[in-house]
Amino acid sequence: MSQEKNSLTAESQGENPQKILLQIFIIFLKIGAFTFGGGLAMLPLVKQEIVDHRKWVSPQEFVDIVAVAMSAPGAIIINSAVYVGYKIKGTAGSLAAVLGAALPSFSVILVIAVFFLQFQNLPGVEAVFSGIRPAVGAFIAAAVFKVGRTSLTQIKSLAFIVLFLLFALFLEFHPILIIVMGGFTGLVFYRNDD
Amino acid sequence: MLPLIENEVIRANTWLSYPEFIDIIAIAEMTPGPIAINLATFVGFRIAGIPGALASTLGVVLPSLIIILITAKFLQKFYKLPLVQAVFKGLRPAVIALISLAAITILRSTVTLGDLRSILIALASFILLSFTRTNPILVIIAAGAAGLIMYS
Repeated sequence: MSQEKNSLTAESQGENPQKILLQIFIIFLKIGAFTFGGGLAMLPLVKQEIVDHRKWVSPQEFVDIVAVAMSAPGAIIINSAVYVGYKIKGTAGSLAAVLGAALPSFSVILVIAVFFLQFQNLPGVEAVFSGIRPAVGAFIAAAVFKVGRTSLTQIKSLAFIVLFLLFALFLEFHPILIIVMGGFTGLVFYRNDD
Repeated sequence: MLPLIENEVIRANTWLSYPEFIDIIAIAEMTPGPIAINLATFVGFRIAGIPGALASTLGVVLPSLIIILITAKFLQKFYKLPLVQAVFKGLRPAVIALISLAAITILRSTVTLGDLRSILIALASFILLSFTRTNPILVIIAAGAAGLIMYS
């Protein structure tokens, strides 16, 4: 047990760069293979792997990475892969992460394009997805719950979450506008924090 | 993003017909991975085989790679600055609000009060993910299996 722990610390200190790159690749391969219905649904898996298991980033940093991934153009899962990979092992790390994240969808789609053009009409496929779709919503709700629980310690932040959510739900503010508003509230309300 | 793809792939270049485009979106939503990559791979393959699929996938990934790498390098230098920290502290509630919005939107369109099965699957998944250490991959597989049993 303790031996295993020691070898992990040695790796994260960069003693075996190939092994870390391979780990990054495999983790994002898993994430890419099980992400249905948009990148947000897989946040619990990303968090479990890189925050809880490997401790590569802190829960706060994780929310910040998601913030950057959501603000930039492109798929959230690819953006987070690039960022997380870079944080762990620089440019090579981000390439390993992106390759891992993109490979499952690339290969699955190729197989479907070559063999089953009528994939969605195969027996059972629709039933399986009738089960996965409600789970995807629950995945995202669980991500909110878990990330919120670890990163929110202030009533002020909770008030902003509710306010932004109301803006988005009822006034239909564009996500980018919410992100910009978040940045500004930070400058105004969090400048003299801690 | 979809209207942009529609415009380029169907209208400007007539690479796909409209029914084909609808089919591909259905497949992209049902297969793992980002919808943008799924669509790019499919369209690229249709037009130019495997090299086409590689070219279009690379094309869709490259902007993310460049933009995020520049942002990450920049933030690595300035992340600790009080001003940057203040912006991120404000961004966290905004991000959590946007993720909540996504959860509400998806749950509203996939869980219906008249369909007990969907409520059951969503509730069980939420409890497993939030209060136990169950691997999320197992939860997705279990949800698919539950769907296969309850919906066929």
